[in-house]
Amino acid sequence: MYNITEGVIILELKSVQKGSELTLYLRGEIDHHSARKMRETADALIHQKKPSLLKMNFSGVSFMDSSGIGLIMGRYRTMLLYGGKLRVVSIPEQIRKMMELSGLGTLNILERSRQDETTE
Amino acid sequence: MKPLNEMTLCFESRSCNEGFARTAAAAFTAQLDPTVGELNEIRTVVSEAVTNCVVHAYRNTIGSIRLNIRIMPGNTVVIRVKDSGCGIEDVKKAMEPLFTTAPDEERAGLGFAVMQSFSDGVKVRSVVGKGTTVTITKKLSLRCSDV
Repeated sequence: MYNITEGVIILELKSVQKGSELTLYLRGEIDHHSARKMRETADALIHQKKPSLLKMNFSGVSFMDSSGIGLIMGRYRTMLLYGGKLRVVSIPEQIRKMMELSGLGTLNILERSRQDETTE
Repeated sequence: MKPLNEMTLCFESRSCNEGFARTAAAAFTAQLDPTVGELNEIRTVVSEAVTNCVVHAYRNTIGSIRLNIRIMPGNTVVIRVKDSGCGIEDVKKAMEPLFTTAPDEERAGLGFAVMQSFSDGVKVRSVVGKGTTVTITKKLSLRCSDV
């Protein structure tokens, strides 16, 4: 478990390893200020565990600006270098809007919304 | 047109103030009874504009950022973020989606695109060597009729 506390914003990244699957639970607000620490922690974990599948879980993220897009794109590239895959899961609705606007949807890494699943 | 209410904040271009600025903006505009989505959009556009000042306008230095919010008749909010930093040489180019001068820092180049899609209008005035003013207009849904 990794805890990074900065000012009033609490960020937390913890890893759960299921075989070669690594899940990063992101917590708090993602902006330019917090993204750097998250990036460093995420990359250190990826280099250490070398998972074949990296899941970024956004359930604990209360706010994200476009810095979060850079955070996801950067990890997408890192995983490609390792020959692994990235999935972005448990995306709050407000944050999904930002992700779809950025064109991340075309990479096929976003977990579909519950709404999409129930209409099928 | 005279604003119904107005506030101005001045703060240093430290990245820890990005959260402060968007939270203050959300707290001030809460008086218009915005929806959760609208409040999130206000937080986001302020975060993007202030981050631009921190990352680009005052690159490798600390300067002053002025956040001004005016509440106008018709449930409209006008947000102005002003810096006295380096200025933007080519505003049109800077506003193109995916254009960034800081790819090493994983900047996605989406700041202005996000501001545009989360608001009803973005105006940028910039003078190289003098600074930049970004003005964002956002009309909120009318849930209470007395404003």
